[in-house]
Amino acid sequence: MQIKKRAAAVALLTAATVVLTGCASGSTTSSGGDAAACEPSEGKVDLTFTTWIPGMEEVVAVWNEENPDVQVKVQTGPNGNGGTYQNFFNQLKAGNAPDLGQIEYDALPNFRVQDGLMNLAACEGVLDAKADFVDWTWGQVNFGEDDAVYAVPQDAGPMAMFYRADLFEANNIAIPTTWEEYAVAAEAVRATGGYITNFSQSDINQFAGFVWQAGGSWFENDGDNWTIDLTSPESVKVADYWQDLIDRDLVSTNPPWTDEWNNAYNTGSNWTWNSAAWGANSIASGAPDTSGNWSVALSPQWAAGDNAAGNWGGSSTAVFTGSKHPYEAAQFALWLNTSDEALTMLNKSANLYPAAKSGLELPALKEGVEFYGGQAIYDVFAEASGHVSPDFIWGPTMTQVYNDTSDGFKGAVTGNGTLSDALTSAQKSTIDALEAQSIPVNK
Amino acid sequence: MSTLTPTTPAKPTRGIRSTEAKAPRAQRESPFARVSAMIVMGVFTLYFLVPIWWLLVAASKSRSQFNSTNPLWFADFSLFENIGNLMAYRDGVYLKWMLNSALYAGGGALVGTIIAGMCGYALAKYNFPGRELIFNVVLGGVLVPATALALPLFLIFSQISLTNTFWSVFLPSLVSPFGVYLARIYASASVPDELIEAARLDGAGELRTFFTVSVRMMVPALVTVFLFQFVAIWNNFFLPLIMLRDETLFPVTLGLYAWNSQVNQIPVLRDYVLIGALLSIIPLIIIFLLLQRFWRNGLSAGSVK
Repeated sequence: MQIKKRAAAVALLTAATVVLTGCASGSTTSSGGDAAACEPSEGKVDLTFTTWIPGMEEVVAVWNEENPDVQVKVQTGPNGNGGTYQNFFNQLKAGNAPDLGQIEYDALPNFRVQDGLMNLAACEGVLDAKADFVDWTWGQVNFGEDDAVYAVPQDAGPMAMFYRADLFEANNIAIPTTWEEYAVAAEAVRATGGYITNFSQSDINQFAGFVWQAGGSWFENDGDNWTIDLTSPESVKVADYWQDLIDRDLVSTNPPWTDEWNNAYNTGSNWTWNSAAWGANSIASGAPDTSGNWSVALSPQWAAGDNAAGNWGGSSTAVFTGSKHPYEAAQFALWLNTSDEALTMLNKSANLYPAAKSGLELPALKEGVEFYGGQAIYDVFAEASGHVSPDFIWGPTMTQVYNDTSDGFKGAVTGNGTLSDALTSAQKSTIDALEAQSIPVNK
Repeated sequence: MSTLTPTTPAKPTRGIRSTEAKAPRAQRESPFARVSAMIVMGVFTLYFLVPIWWLLVAASKSRSQFNSTNPLWFADFSLFENIGNLMAYRDGVYLKWMLNSALYAGGGALVGTIIAGMCGYALAKYNFPGRELIFNVVLGGVLVPATALALPLFLIFSQISLTNTFWSVFLPSLVSPFGVYLARIYASASVPDELIEAARLDGAGELRTFFTVSVRMMVPALVTVFLFQFVAIWNNFFLPLIMLRDETLFPVTLGLYAWNSQVNQIPVLRDYVLIGALLSIIPLIIIFLLLQRFWRNGLSAGSVK
């Protein structure tokens, strides 16, 4: 076990020029999936695809109709962290993983370190597809290696600011365009009795998005070692900024995704939400009474005149090691994530915001949205998507990072320590966690 | 209690607490004890019933009213509309889940009870070498939580390509160490050896003796085992989570969990999770109401003997 993990880690870090068959050292006999050549299989091919996205069956039915020789069967389960990732790991160990799986960007490094992903670079059309996707999403799936592609990007969560246009106007408060203005506006909003926003104490992804926007990155991999940067200057800057707002009682600290959180938005006590494209529906369902009063603007900036955006969420379609038909699986993954037909259906059934450039131009994403006063909000997200930094890298133990950071943040919002203390302690526990898995770390 | 007390009225002058002239002497302390007992039970009843009440109320609301109205009282009553929507969602996959749960729990509990009953009976009534050893191993099984076995089971089932099948959830559900334990205790207490001897003398085989004579005497214990096993399988979540990938094989618990993990992005699923959770407890309530008579007998009989 330990040896196998170390072998996997070493395989990752020797910047594999040899592709996957070479890496699968520790595992059992290679079951025929020759990704190095990635040749089409003979005859009819059956693929399995595990995903938790609702409505995927209908999308896949379209593919099956058009490709009688490559039939895809959809399998399902709870969302990734809800159990499906653990299932993937179990199945990889037992040698019966599906051909394809849904994996969020922040979980990809974990699968890569455990040698679970097939490098699709040799498969026809995969490397060329780079141009079809928004730049930073490609960086999430190739880990900075030019001749590697470990998954095909599916959706993205570029962040912008949802705000109550009516309240800002009625109270004569200018829409903040920088974080400095945001803090000033927060005071004005507090004076009216409301809160400018809610600080997410337990969903660390939002905070990661802020750090991403500020130009920071929590991890780095130089080919040999991982560097952990939870306490980078950018990260601490963001933490101190929010700590200040929390200290001055200018933001509320309801646990996210709860009824009280929804209620704070529904009753107009919270005025803005810095969130991702997919958040548009969360507000619409959580705060139905405020329909028509919301608008969307680009995120506030750290320096006036900038246009940086963060990202929150997003996932990819990966091919697992052990798949006997990497060629067909890769073709399906490309179709699923670039064809207008599939992207439109996924957007409709699951609110997925495409990672493909062409997807940003879908007619469905050009329309005005009634809940937002008829504003064509996705134009804002399309612009934000182009300004997301490609340099943010996730680590191999994100579940642990989220848990440890969240523990510290929960303390900080109740006056127990600060957000940057929480980052410092999470930094330490993350180093421990990586070392416990024999993953080399720069200290 | 009050039926046992003498009916002679207490003297009114005696004791400050007996304000009622008719209150019997032995009952003087009981109003307080009674009231406090009632309060404790009332609190617990509330504690257990309020979540169900909340669920019922929440399931009867339309989505826009869910957040904006009193969580413990009804708004516009749209329960049946919600049920209709749930049944229609994805071609009624929810009904399929309920059916699966009924199959896993009903079938698993039935077969599991028969196995546990026979096993416990054998351990109680036959003398053979290693009997105590076997029983102790089974007892050890009671101590091992089922969740701890799920992953090893997955790896074993993977070897024989049985994961993601009906059997991968059904077969492990048949085993009930607690059932064996209960059946043994009950059989040794309630099935007289003389009766078995008599059946043998009349020419009945061992199997026939068991099914026609002993089972009838073991019914309360068997019903208890059945109930326990039914509830345990119905609520078993971890095993299906690990074993199953095909949505059409999911039990209702796993299906609802999968939906619930999506509510952030697909808000409409929240309605379906609520209404689905409400409907999913109905079969449990029904089976409890039907079998509670046996269960109560079984529990008290077991405790006395």
